[in-house]
Amino acid sequence: MPQIAQLAETYSSQIFWLLVFFGIVFVFVGRGMVPKVMDTVAQRDQQISADLAAATAARAKADEEEEAWRVRENDNRAAAQAIVAQAKAEAADRNEKKLAAAQKRLDTKLAKAEQEISEARDAALAEVEGVAAEAAQDIVQRLAGVTVTAAAAKTAVKKALSHV
Amino acid sequence: MTAEVAKVDPMHQFTIEPIFGSANWELAGYNIAFTNSAMWMLIATVVLWIFVAGGMRRELVPGRWQMSVEFFTGFIDDMLEANVGKNGRKYVPYIFSLFMFILFANILGLMPLGVIGLHPFTFTSHFTVTGMLAILSFAIVLVVGFWKHGFHFFSLFVPSGTPWPMIPIIFPIELISFLVRPFSLGLRLFVAMMAGHVLLEVLSSFVIDGTNAGIGFAALVGLPSFILMVGICALEILVAGIQAYVFALLTSLYINDAENLH
Repeated sequence: MPQIAQLAETYSSQIFWLLVFFGIVFVFVGRGMVPKVMDTVAQRDQQISADLAAATAARAKADEEEEAWRVRENDNRAAAQAIVAQAKAEAADRNEKKLAAAQKRLDTKLAKAEQEISEARDAALAEVEGVAAEAAQDIVQRLAGVTVTAAAAKTAVKKALSHV
Repeated sequence: MTAEVAKVDPMHQFTIEPIFGSANWELAGYNIAFTNSAMWMLIATVVLWIFVAGGMRRELVPGRWQMSVEFFTGFIDDMLEANVGKNGRKYVPYIFSLFMFILFANILGLMPLGVIGLHPFTFTSHFTVTGMLAILSFAIVLVVGFWKHGFHFFSLFVPSGTPWPMIPIIFPIELISFLVRPFSLGLRLFVAMMAGHVLLEVLSSFVIDGTNAGIGFAALVGLPSFILMVGICALEILVAGIQAYVFALLTSLYINDAENLH
């Protein structure tokens, strides 16, 4: 086993060169380079977290703006709906008024027509009575030879007509 | 493994040889020969440096290379944060160096570079090396513990809620278990790496000797050993990662003891 057989003659050189080379590794690699490498990693982590924070902030802002836009949009829609409702109400009102006016015109026309009809009927009825009374006078004279006055005939006709 | 006729020595791979004629280099009376072990430490250092340097482009959107380097730093960072807490982040350079150095050493030692004439050497299979790394980690634990808590650090050896008659018994037990840590830490890595490499070498000797012994042995011994070797190689890559992770994880757990006591 050379490790033991050569121990006495090699231990000093082994330890010396180990200390030399491990020392070089520790000073130049361990102390010199490793902190820089770790610094780079730390910087990158920082950058990533900063970027993430910025992205989160931007998203929050976007959400906020969207919310504001939505509120505005809702307001606008409500306003538009109010205008539409008002226009509808006004139109309905106008229509109603127009209809009412038309109704009134029609009503008056109707009433006038009815009046004319009833006047015409009355006139016709009076004519019929006159004709009936004359006819009754004539009939009485011819059958009974009695001359009846026009007034009496009229009364009798009226009486008879009312019984109809 | 030279002219000794198909004699595979599974231990030969751990032999340390000075290279570049540096056998007699000395520093304050101690031999500091630049060996093949030191060579592979250098290679691991350079490869690790290249790997991490490739991840230094510091781009906001990382490429594959940068991503993999960041994966490892993030992995160590998470491990320390999970085990030690927020205070643990200052140990990232050390634990990262430790983990990556061991990981690269383990994996580079497994590379099939023998086919191009190089001889990979796994320096983590020497307990001189793993023991040194363990002592380093343990020293950090001791320094941090006494620096932060002073003598209060000894309360680590008396778990809270211990009834006072038990303290004289518990204290030595906890103290011994604490002191054993650097040995278990260093030995675990050393044993795992050495065992794997010995096993691969033994199996490869079965393949070579079995195949040389004739077609019957080749089918009966060589082929199954070869198939097993492929599986064990995959397992060894897993072990290389796991042992590096265990070393770093246990170090961070010990640092947690020093940082937060109990």
